[in-house]
Amino acid sequence: MRYKILPCGECAVTVEFSREIDPRAGDTAVRLAGELRSRNTAGILEIIPTYRSVTVCYDPFILSLKELKKVTAACMRSARGTEQSESKRRFYIPVCYGGRFGMDLEYIARETGLDMREIVRRHISREYPINMIGFLPGFPYLSGMDETIAVPRLENPRERIPAGSVGIGGKQTGVYPIASPGGWRLIGRTPVRLYDPHRNPPVLYKAGDRIRFYPVSEQEYARIETEVLTGSYAVKTEEV
Amino acid sequence: MCIRIEHPGPLTTVQDLGRIGHMHSGFQQSGAMDWYAASLANILCGNDENCAVLEMTMGGITCRFLEPAAFALCGADMHAFLDGEAVPVQRCVRAHAGSVLKMGMAERGCRTYMAVAGGLDVPSVMGSRSTNLRCEIGGLEGRRLGAGDILSVFPGGNVPPEASAPDWAEPREQTPIRAIPGPQDDFFTKEGIRTFFFATYTVTPASDRMGMKLSGPAPQAKNGTDIVSDGIALGSVQIPAGGQPIILLADRQTVGGYAKIATVIRADLPALAQLRPGDSIRFVRATEKEALSALREMRSTLAEIKKQLWKKVSM
Repeated sequence: MRYKILPCGECAVTVEFSREIDPRAGDTAVRLAGELRSRNTAGILEIIPTYRSVTVCYDPFILSLKELKKVTAACMRSARGTEQSESKRRFYIPVCYGGRFGMDLEYIARETGLDMREIVRRHISREYPINMIGFLPGFPYLSGMDETIAVPRLENPRERIPAGSVGIGGKQTGVYPIASPGGWRLIGRTPVRLYDPHRNPPVLYKAGDRIRFYPVSEQEYARIETEVLTGSYAVKTEEV
Repeated sequence: MCIRIEHPGPLTTVQDLGRIGHMHSGFQQSGAMDWYAASLANILCGNDENCAVLEMTMGGITCRFLEPAAFALCGADMHAFLDGEAVPVQRCVRAHAGSVLKMGMAERGCRTYMAVAGGLDVPSVMGSRSTNLRCEIGGLEGRRLGAGDILSVFPGGNVPPEASAPDWAEPREQTPIRAIPGPQDDFFTKEGIRTFFFATYTVTPASDRMGMKLSGPAPQAKNGTDIVSDGIALGSVQIPAGGQPIILLADRQTVGGYAKIATVIRADLPALAQLRPGDSIRFVRATEKEALSALREMRSTLAEIKKQLWKKVSM
């Protein structure tokens, strides 16, 4: 895939595949990021894949721009192959839908004309690829939600959305890893700690991985929450 | 060794040179806004340049040394007094057990760094001791300092024989601020780029460690400045819909959806970090080559200072 190298000062570049949200560009970005990471090139400090690009921060006294361009070209050649340098994983995230955790579920039911159970069914029916992670630690930008449950964001964002909240914002769905202001409609909450600074890695997933939500009752939520607190809970994962 | 904070000042946090390598998971890099002053303070105390220091904003702290210690202040002059005696910036000073350091407000400049020989002993989180206020990690319990806080210092500090940095260590006042066009300079008209590099902007009070918000002439965009989000490098200047530039700094978000017209070069970030609300700022276009040579020069200045401080030992 063709790309442009955009300068971001003397210590970073953005490798741009497209200006639009483009599944091919996103897939290429994830592959290039994986390839760059696996080479462990000295002087590369950050590799940030997005929907359409990869931003690379580097120390120009260890790795020159010219060398970085060469490494990028080589990575692009190997990323083209069918062999993946990094395996992708699927994460199963338990969610307690509705009630006090998903106070906007009723609104969505009114807005869409679907009953709440059907909204949950449609929300869990898909597997969501993580296109990128950003703006907050561990916030996954997920694509592929069933558009029949899409609803506009809140006109006035809430000041504090609790950690673990699962929401819908337009055609996107996502989950807040830390408490944050936000305008998404909340449909449920997960007791799983998506982000833990004292865990290695602190964020479980990376761009390119997949998320599947599954429903749990309030009792199960409480049980998992206790296990999370005592450190005995492990998120179910598998290779894609 | 411990220090007790009697008065924390307007905004004081623990910082090192940043939490590097986690932006792909959405973590801000954090770290000292004026990397030169933080490094120099450490060098004066015989520390590694990446040791944790205090970053004080607009005004300084009052603290009591519970045991003997050596410390250095670099950056803005906040009129520090140790037991009533003036403490100049850029000098390593010894404090006795019970000594009180009292600092005031900066009249010029914005940030002052206090290094203590040995380095501040706070837990390293994801490879850094920098405070990330948003995620509540790093530094002292992930928060700004408050009155009554006790800060530990690593033992075994080894202070250089020469206490003062040479006069030429004072960073040159760098104005205008040099910036390299990109990554989205092509979103702006020729006239828009000209505006950005010729206009005078004012630093607004809404500025913080995440971004310095400016007011002034809006650079003309060809067709809006919304982009599909991409990664944000340190020092990139984004132009949101209203046209008022925001320079994205240490605590910036990792990705963003506004076009970035230019990126401030690393060598000028220290000067930028010392600007305060109401100060004016101008940008001038730089090339990658100029940026690299300016950065190389600053790094070798630090290396040269280190050498001079320790010279007496080798003689």
